Amino acid sequence: MPLYTLEAGQVVEGIKNREFSAEEYISQLLGRIEKVEPKVNAFVTLNKEEGLNRARMLDKKIRDGEQSGPLAGVALSIKDNICTKGMKTTCASKMLESYIPAYDATVIKRLMSAGAIIIGKANLDEFAMGSTTEFSRHGPTRNPWDISRVSGGSSGGSAASVAALECTASLGSDTGGSVRCPASFCSVVGLKPTYGLVSRFGLVSYANSLEQIGPVGRTVSDVVSILNVIAGSDENDHTTINSNKPTYSLQERKGFRAGLVMEFTEGADPGVSKMIYNAADTLEKQGCKCEEVSLPSVQYALASYYTIATAEASSNLARYDNIRYGFDMNPEGYEWNSYFAKARSNFGEEAKRRIIVGSYVLSSGYYGKYYLKAHQVRSLLKHEMETLFKRYDVLIGPTMPILPFKIGERIDDPLKMYLVDIDTVVANLTGMPAISVPAGFADGLPVGLQIMADQFAEQTMLDIAYLFEQAAKVQRSPEL
Amino acid sequence: MATTTKIGLEIHCQLTGAKSKLFCRCSSDYRGKAPNANICPICAGLPGTLPLLNQKTVEFAAMITLALGCKFPDDIAFYRKNYFYPDLPKNFQLTQYNAYSITSIGVDGKLEYGNGKDARIRRVQLEEDPGRLVYASGSMDTSVYVLIDYNRAGMPLVEIVTEPDFADPKDVRMFLDKITSIIEHLGVCDTKLEGSVRCDANVSIDGGNKVEIKNISSFADVEKALRYEITRQRTMASREIQVRSETRHWDDARKVTKESRTKEEEQDYRYFPEPDIPMVLLGSEFVSFIRQSMPELPDTRKERFMSKYGLSAHIAQVLIGNKELADFFESTLMIYLSPKEIANWIVTDLMSFVDERQKKEEDKQHLLFAGLKVGPEHIADLARLVDQETINRATAKQILGQIVRTGEMPSALAKKMHASRIDDASVLAQAVQSVFQMEQAAVHDARRNANVANFLLGKVMKITKGTADPKIALEMIQKKLKED
Ligand SMILES: [Zn+2]
Repeated sequence: MPLYTLEAGQVVEGIKNREFSAEEYISQLLGRIEKVEPKVNAFVTLNKEEGLNRARMLDKKIRDGEQSGPLAGVALSIKDNICTKGMKTTCASKMLESYIPAYDATVIKRLMSAGAIIIGKANLDEFAMGSTTEFSRHGPTRNPWDISRVSGGSSGGSAASVAALECTASLGSDTGGSVRCPASFCSVVGLKPTYGLVSRFGLVSYANSLEQIGPVGRTVSDVVSILNVIAGSDENDHTTINSNKPTYSLQERKGFRAGLVMEFTEGADPGVSKMIYNAADTLEKQGCKCEEVSLPSVQYALASYYTIATAEASSNLARYDNIRYGFDMNPEGYEWNSYFAKARSNFGEEAKRRIIVGSYVLSSGYYGKYYLKAHQVRSLLKHEMETLFKRYDVLIGPTMPILPFKIGERIDDPLKMYLVDIDTVVANLTGMPAISVPAGFADGLPVGLQIMADQFAEQTMLDIAYLFEQAAKVQRSPEL
Repeated sequence: MATTTKIGLEIHCQLTGAKSKLFCRCSSDYRGKAPNANICPICAGLPGTLPLLNQKTVEFAAMITLALGCKFPDDIAFYRKNYFYPDLPKNFQLTQYNAYSITSIGVDGKLEYGNGKDARIRRVQLEEDPGRLVYASGSMDTSVYVLIDYNRAGMPLVEIVTEPDFADPKDVRMFLDKITSIIEHLGVCDTKLEGSVRCDANVSIDGGNKVEIKNISSFADVEKALRYEITRQRTMASREIQVRSETRHWDDARKVTKESRTKEEEQDYRYFPEPDIPMVLLGSEFVSFIRQSMPELPDTRKERFMSKYGLSAHIAQVLIGNKELADFFESTLMIYLSPKEIANWIVTDLMSFVDERQKKEEDKQHLLFAGLKVGPEHIADLARLVDQETINRATAKQILGQIVRTGEMPSALAKKMHASRIDDASVLAQAVQSVFQMEQAAVHDARRNANVANFLLGKVMKITKGTADPKIALEMIQKKLKED
């Protein structure tokens, strides 16, 4: 069995016990990338030399008998909206095409000191705005299960690189489902932590109040190993929770109560719904109690999400005016405003659309009508969820209401595109954790089971995800 | 024709005492540094950075809030004010905003500023300073390019907004003096640093349109700008021309307000709460902590000067009007405790040596006494000499006049002067002696007619070329007339 198929735990053990070297492992991965990347297009930038150097240093450390860290040798692809010092961070945008950050994101610092190796920067929709990774300056990332189809997004590069065995695991960011959607489409595990569990310092903001960095892996266990390293308060992010660093473990626990959200199954494609009911059966067989529940305010969730997300985005993206960093554009002959306008016309279509919508909902006189109302929906949803979590340990449903569709199929219909986020945005609006785990295949295409839990109830959520993963035994990686 | 004038103020004061910027760890001491040397990823607005609220600035702003008699909300929040300008690294400014709910640190205050007059304070809020644009040839109109220096970007500012409660520019001046004294006493802002305090004003007459005046570089110019603007508006009114609602800029060189070169249209700032800074709960514990840790305010200090040291209200007011004076006074008392004497020396005599220019605050960069070589130890010494009647007041004044230039101790100078007085006496005695010899007839007459003594005095004065003290010389003549 090639080394690149190994899980994170096996990689760490294998390198530590000198069954193989980190250099061998990274070399094999680079070979794999060379082979499948032309089909998948998961990476924006590869970190070959530096990655190999890090591997050799790690091997030396191990030979010298030094401590090697809990993620020693684990090779990660990092979504290209997470700042990596000295390594381009483009956000798949012309506006940052040559931007090299002067500092590492907190999560990167933590992963590096745990021994992880960054193998490259993963493709995404421009500034994480999209659900398919088609809105990338670097072209779409293709679904490894069917390369004519979208990988999901916006962390499409992360999920596809994990599914295509181009890395051990990955970091994505999830603003409205951007980790879970591609995880579902690519049949891998993707987790969005509780808001405030993981530092956002160094994550290029799209919608600050909604997003979290989250791990993507082929197994629940891999996702847990990464979460354990990145979770915990950060003095550089005032929105992280102030508590002791949490540690999650996988326990064999049974007897959970799960609520199956009716609104989610009813709105899904029949093929998807069927798989989710099958998943509920699987859980019942494992001793869980599954009941249908209703979350009435879900009908307002998308409107609320797109109002808040675009409002915040319109302001976050204002700094990209090509003055302090950006691309070559001669300022001669322009005054400020015309220069700003000319430079900013280089945003992609979707980013422009969201800037315009966001500016509109914040404009004077409309604040109460849109932004404030969107926040009321947020509180309402949170209240409904909290009520349900008094009776259920988790809420379950499909991660995506549809199967991965063809590249280009929805790109000209923004509204139709936004609708696919219906099941994922709830976790972002309420700040609650959610995970997508592979549930099987419908018409040969992946379906993801979404498990949501109460704030900071990651442990319960992971226990159920693990229970399901062990019982469902879904095929892990596609033939490529 | 009687007119009513309404003036409101918007004061910005940099919290230079906070040591670091509002949302990052960069130094607040940016002045004199190489351009863009005092920046970090946060204040440069690099992608992925998040604002980290400097707790000290909240405490400082809370002190100002208390000093201006404002009320605290239960919690405060920050808002983004969105507009594009190259001096803003993020193209939005983090500030506070009260349109949807009270989020600024202070509201509804009142400050008495003299002669029983007071002004209402609408709000006190924290916000960040933008960077600085440096025009190649000094002005926007003639430069082909502009340099941007972000060293100042993110400096903590407290904005104080008053209601339009002033009618007279002189009152505005008194109010600004009081504000200066307060923030100096609180130790939150070094008002002597260039640009550390700025003031915009708005003026309307007879209920007409409001005109904003911006770009007033110093507090001293506010009065001038207001006088100009009031005259301008009155002239327009007398010609029955309507005053437009607009923003005008103070032209420091020509001392006029002029239309803004670029039309400032009604901007939509698309305010919304900053998601990266959680609400800051203030609470009663915080407020009482601030109350306790607050330095003495000028008004309290004035009371203390009056009750503890028996100073008059006027003298006490002059002292606290400038923190430097009040501190000088108290430092002097530490050396020699004679409050009234010392206060008088400082307020009446020492102040008369201060450069007129500095008194007018046109040269605010320097300390009031910067050009003088005296310290508290000199004034203490001087007061002691007078109290002990070693020297009289007139001599003391003479001594002060010299030591402000030389820095010599008054007691040392007094000793020298005493010695020279003895020399003077022997010279005078010789002069009297020779007059008595030359003018024997007059001496004879003088013994019978006292008025003739004045003739002898005139002769003495002539011989001494007017340097003799006439009083002492006359005494000496009269004494000699009796002796012989
Ligand atoms: Zn800074």
